[in-house]
Amino acid sequence: MPTEFLLTATFLSAFLGVLLILLLPVRFGAAAKWIALAAALAGFGFAIAAFQRYDMTPGAYPIQSVLNLPWVQHPNIGFTTGADGISLVLLLLTGIIAITGVLFSWNVTQQPRAFFALFLTIIGGVYGVFQSLDLFLLFVFYEIVIVPKYFLISNWGSTNREYGAMKLTIYSVVGSALILLALLGVYVLAPDHSLNLLSLAKVKYPSAFQLWAFPVLFLGFGILAGIWPFHTWAPTGHVAAPTAVSMLLAGVVMKLGSYGALRVAMTLFPLGLEYWRIPIALLATAGILYGALVALAQKDLKFVVGYSSINHMGFVLLGLVTLNTIGLSGAVLQMFSHGIIGGLLFAVVGRMIYDRTHTREIALLGGMNLAKAMPFAAFTFVVASLASMGLPGFSGFIAEISILLGAWKAFPILLVFAGLGVIITVAFTLRALQRTFFPAHGAAAVPHEDAAHEFEPITLPERLGAILLMAATLGIGLFPKILLAPIQWSFENPHSLMHHLIQEVAK
Amino acid sequence: MSNSLLSLLTFLPLLGAIFVAILPAHRPLIRAAGLGFAFAALGAALTLAFNYDSAAGGLQFVEKWEWIPSLHIQYHLGADGLSLMLLLLTAIITPFALLALGDRVTKLNTSLILLLQTTLFGTFTALNFIHWFLFYELSLVPVFLLIRMGGSVKATAAATQFFIYTLFGGFAMLLGFLAIHQATGTFNLVDLATLAQHHKLSKALTAAFHWHPDCINLLVFGGIFLGLAVKVPVVPFHTWLPDAYSEAPAPVSMLLTGVLSKMGVYGFLRLLMPLFPGLMEHLATPLLAFAIVTIVFSALAALAQKDLKRIVAYSSINHLGYCLLGIFAVTAALHGAANERAAALNGVLLQVFNHGITAAALFCFIGFLERRSDGLRGLNDFGGLRTVAPVLTGLMGISIFSSLGLPGLNGFVGEFLIFKGSFALAPLASTLAAIGLFVTAVFLLTLIQRVFNGPLSERWAGFRDLTLSERFIVAPIIALMFALGIYPQLLISLFNNTALKLLP
Amino acid sequence: MSFASLLFQFLTPEFMLADTALLVLLAGLFKSTAQKRGMLLSLTLLGGIIAAAMLVLHPHYGNLSNGMVVGDPLTQLVKLTLLTLSLITAIFAAGSTVREHFAEYLGLILFSTIGMMLLAGTEDLLMIFIGLEMTSIPLYILTGYLKRSSASAEAALKYFLVGGVSAAFLLFGLSLIYGVTGSTSLADLARTPRAALLDPLLLAGVVMAMVGFGFKVAAVPFHLWAPDVYEGAPTPSAALIASGSKVAGFLILAKLLTIGFAKGTGSAAWGLFQPGWLPLLAIAGAASVVVGNLAALSQSNVKRILAYSAIAQSGYMLLGLMATGTTGISSVIFYVIVYALTTLGAFGVVSLVEQRRGGSQLHHFQGLHQSAPGLALCMGVFMVSLAGIPPLAGFFGKFYLFAGALGSVSSLYDGNLGLLWLIIVAVAFNAVSLYYYLIVLKHIFVIPTGAEPAQPSPRCATSVFVGFLALAVFALGLYPAALLEPIQNAVTSAATFAAKTAALH
Repeated sequence: MPTEFLLTATFLSAFLGVLLILLLPVRFGAAAKWIALAAALAGFGFAIAAFQRYDMTPGAYPIQSVLNLPWVQHPNIGFTTGADGISLVLLLLTGIIAITGVLFSWNVTQQPRAFFALFLTIIGGVYGVFQSLDLFLLFVFYEIVIVPKYFLISNWGSTNREYGAMKLTIYSVVGSALILLALLGVYVLAPDHSLNLLSLAKVKYPSAFQLWAFPVLFLGFGILAGIWPFHTWAPTGHVAAPTAVSMLLAGVVMKLGSYGALRVAMTLFPLGLEYWRIPIALLATAGILYGALVALAQKDLKFVVGYSSINHMGFVLLGLVTLNTIGLSGAVLQMFSHGIIGGLLFAVVGRMIYDRTHTREIALLGGMNLAKAMPFAAFTFVVASLASMGLPGFSGFIAEISILLGAWKAFPILLVFAGLGVIITVAFTLRALQRTFFPAHGAAAVPHEDAAHEFEPITLPERLGAILLMAATLGIGLFPKILLAPIQWSFENPHSLMHHLIQEVAK
Repeated sequence: MSNSLLSLLTFLPLLGAIFVAILPAHRPLIRAAGLGFAFAALGAALTLAFNYDSAAGGLQFVEKWEWIPSLHIQYHLGADGLSLMLLLLTAIITPFALLALGDRVTKLNTSLILLLQTTLFGTFTALNFIHWFLFYELSLVPVFLLIRMGGSVKATAAATQFFIYTLFGGFAMLLGFLAIHQATGTFNLVDLATLAQHHKLSKALTAAFHWHPDCINLLVFGGIFLGLAVKVPVVPFHTWLPDAYSEAPAPVSMLLTGVLSKMGVYGFLRLLMPLFPGLMEHLATPLLAFAIVTIVFSALAALAQKDLKRIVAYSSINHLGYCLLGIFAVTAALHGAANERAAALNGVLLQVFNHGITAAALFCFIGFLERRSDGLRGLNDFGGLRTVAPVLTGLMGISIFSSLGLPGLNGFVGEFLIFKGSFALAPLASTLAAIGLFVTAVFLLTLIQRVFNGPLSERWAGFRDLTLSERFIVAPIIALMFALGIYPQLLISLFNNTALKLLP
Repeated sequence: MSFASLLFQFLTPEFMLADTALLVLLAGLFKSTAQKRGMLLSLTLLGGIIAAAMLVLHPHYGNLSNGMVVGDPLTQLVKLTLLTLSLITAIFAAGSTVREHFAEYLGLILFSTIGMMLLAGTEDLLMIFIGLEMTSIPLYILTGYLKRSSASAEAALKYFLVGGVSAAFLLFGLSLIYGVTGSTSLADLARTPRAALLDPLLLAGVVMAMVGFGFKVAAVPFHLWAPDVYEGAPTPSAALIASGSKVAGFLILAKLLTIGFAKGTGSAAWGLFQPGWLPLLAIAGAASVVVGNLAALSQSNVKRILAYSAIAQSGYMLLGLMATGTTGISSVIFYVIVYALTTLGAFGVVSLVEQRRGGSQLHHFQGLHQSAPGLALCMGVFMVSLAGIPPLAGFFGKFYLFAGALGSVSSLYDGNLGLLWLIIVAVAFNAVSLYYYLIVLKHIFVIPTGAEPAQPSPRCATSVFVGFLALAVFALGLYPAALLEPIQNAVTSAATFAAKTAALH
């Protein structure tokens, strides 16, 4: 199969899955998860195949396998897809999260058809965003993600689900309104009235326009990436969502924001970027510190994980604005890494623990002797926590040191604060880990009335999902070259969209 | 094959950890498997030591693979006399600790100890900073969990404190090395040492950051120093240590004091000294002050303790303080007499090894005591044990005297060489540090006095002496103490040439 | 050829519809039987389809009596759309709460359709007025059709009074325009010198005419009738008001402004206000967007929500009218057609729900996804499309509309994005709108139903056409070119056609 169709096949397989599930008679609702699993596996398979065919020989263009079909003649909109190393890494991430998301939703019995159809719709949208080269197409895929999220959370969620779902949706929509606004401006000012990213990247927009359009666009995407102080949707949304959706939100949906900020805002508006770079770096650092500090004070385990996402995404944003290859590559790797680790944490907290204990209060969980009752969950959570702390050997470490290395070049002062954030991250992760799984004996743990300590065993799909995620974070931690090489190559390539900017900043 | 010997050694215990983890939970089986891997590692370490060409010195068995080319990170291993000495120490202490676990062997603690051994081997052989840092930080995980196995509320707090402190220090160090990478584009410790020898490192740092030259160098040095100072520890960064050592189970404390604390000293010798010799000379006075405060304060603190484990913990700080004294004295007088400097540095290395086995032995004995007293280990809880447990008294006495630095036992040679060198290089500091020697003598003798002499309380009338298996456990270590006390050349020959090369 | 035969050639489809209407009325006189409704509906559809076939197969292009009746690809396209909308409304009516005097109901729909089609096919002030009245008067009756419902009667009265007043405004405005320019033809108006356009009397005429149209399309501040009428009227009548009458109204407003007063635009750019109709449109449009979207937030009746949403959508379309040139007109026409299809479908769903559950309050929609998953899915498509979320047609329409408005005017003022403020308002309140659409969907999909009330068997035809409309909205979102390209071609050829006829004079 030509590589361009491999890319298309990723989201087509998801949408085909949706179609098949919708056609499934109600009686066979239980089969929906098998269809979803098959679609997710197929998508991942296509993503891997595309990744393997990525050509990094010198002289090759970074964006490869470009498929360009006419869509609407006037306005000039094309169905244009293609991928560079950055996109491919994120496509892989989407594939992994899709598979594990299905595995961790294996126990969904309430309207399984609707659940898996909406789930796959989001997956398809995410695949689409990561390969769109036409901004209109990108925006279409980006928006496809929004509405299904609302229904998944408000129908299958838990705590305060309708509030969380609505808040998340409103924030997303405000973000996309900002994006739409800036895209309209881009479209109007583009000489050929096209929204093709490759041709737009060559346009030099008037600086007055860039100065307002860049922050609008960056913020629009940034809201979805959880940029402080527009992050408040994330913790409530993550907490309200069912496990698979929390995994999706933290795993890939937040990456849509950071990817958009990188691929669209930063590529199109270098002047605006230069002007707003320091404020964004400040916001990112504030997010790192704020997320970590707030996580330190949470009583609900899922909130801890939710705020840790803010903290980790702060690193992504900081890495993006360092504007040097190392920092940028670190940011992309951190997107991947946080996707995996955040997914794993939510899987443990939401599926393994909450579904069995029906509480997420750290104090209550501490009284249940979970380390004995659910050794596998405890083991998984320990691994995920260590990875989340950025311990060497896990993917987060390489990503974070790359970002810090980049930040040394760009913002040496902020580095100290970001570093402080790292320490607090360790503190809150350790606190949650200890109090939940290994409370000190004799500590005044609140007794839980139905704490019979007899929970249903961890099922096979859960084990498989957890092992897949752990293997991913450990594998990339030990062999980061697999992902870093294409990412870095995509930034450093002289034909890269960002190359010019990186060169300029380096001077 | 011979090229990947170090890798094999490093990952052998990891293999063991995984193997133990999947074994059925049958205690003798686990014990046998754990010990089997530990002794295999000891055998491998000995093989390496015999194959090491100590006459040539320098790094051997070097392995180097590209790991993350974009960040200039290599999988880069090699061993010189210093590394080999520490590898041997690790390989000796690990089976010792596993044996001391006795019937408290579980799958979890056995595999964690083996995992810890891998991270230690990794740390002592890495030649790329990131590679080093990976193992250095990874060691925290098994240690954290092992300390927690002490079980008490305080153990939990101690483990957390240990973890946070070390990680904080590690992070400061990481920032420092990121700055160095920023300036030089490499994490390779060998290359960096070469740069520093030609005085290029501080220039590169200054050039990269456009700050005041002293400022950036000091900042980077400070970061790395802080990281290592927490690990050794240097007073006042030591507060995690007494709690951690005293709350952890005795076999774990053996590992903590025997090898883990050596990571800090190793860091000083491998990372700090070669990279910033000039700056260290410049800062000699404050650095020596740190060493003296560490020595004197910890000795005085030990005097005030009522808990045997805490006494040994503080004495451990005290002994490592001598190592720091030696190192700082060597860097304080870069142009001092070569033979004095060589003596001091050889003393440091010897002291590292000696303290490792002595302190581990002491904790092992305290573990035996605790097992017989249902956890009691106060200084005043015992008395007169000499009469009921002569073998224990004798063997533990030997260890305490070794710790005291009695000639003929291993502790003496190291401390003697350190003081011999440093009196010549930094007389005032050495004189002040000598106070520590006296105080050490006082509290260690008090320990013997209170625990073994005096009237036997009725409570301990049924006190059992060391069993045969316990005697077998400690016998090799005691033998080693004598051997090294009488013939220190056994070890010095291994690293003498390395020490000469290490001298900045 | 005589004037009469020419007129007949131009208006064959309209005549066909009139015949059908009379035939339906006649058939209605016979005794009522169980099959009567089906028979009447088939008759209506047959007539409608024949009329549509005439439109497609024998289009008659040209210009009769200086723009009195116009035939060009654009009018053909719009007429076809109007016919489709009306026929679907008729199908909905068959399955709705309208039970008595069904033949008359269908006849009125057809008469109103004739009015709309006349409106679409003229460029003359007088005919505009006549067309509007021919459209409106049947609609007044259709609104008050539920004799026993006081809400329906109240709505009809309100609609009638407001409609009468707006007609008076419009007539007064048009007469002023005629008085100043001396012609009722838009083409003649276009040739009026620019200076004359600044005549205060003429300006007053334009403003009055726009007030009249403002009532028709329910733009703020002339929107007050809409919620009550939408709520009180029988659902099919409301559907026709919201869809067909809006399409015709916007087309004629666009013609009046862009053909007749092309020189009197003025400017609504930020800081560069100049008198003309653009500032009026800007203010009315922005106010509609703001008020419509905000008021919809607090409604509890789906029909009222749709009414306020209609007000807001009118606002977007008014903004779209500000884009000049073919892009502007095609974007507005595309948008209004897509909107009409969507809102018609939504009213179809409301009609079915009313039929089954006896009301159109939000709580009547609870748990719809369990009892009628297909219907629920269709409603989801309509709501999401109205909110402008891709990949549905509403999104593309909005994108094209906003881009047109932003682009055309900014090019006039070299790079100064003067209309940006309007677009910001529109985009921001579009984000707000998702909230109330989601509230509707929340009731359908999330909140479980209580006891399911007994329900009659579903009306098959209505469901089928609701599904068809949902599919159309989806397909037009995925491939907008299917509708956009015909519109663009029609607008372009209509423009060249108009230019040619103008040159003849």
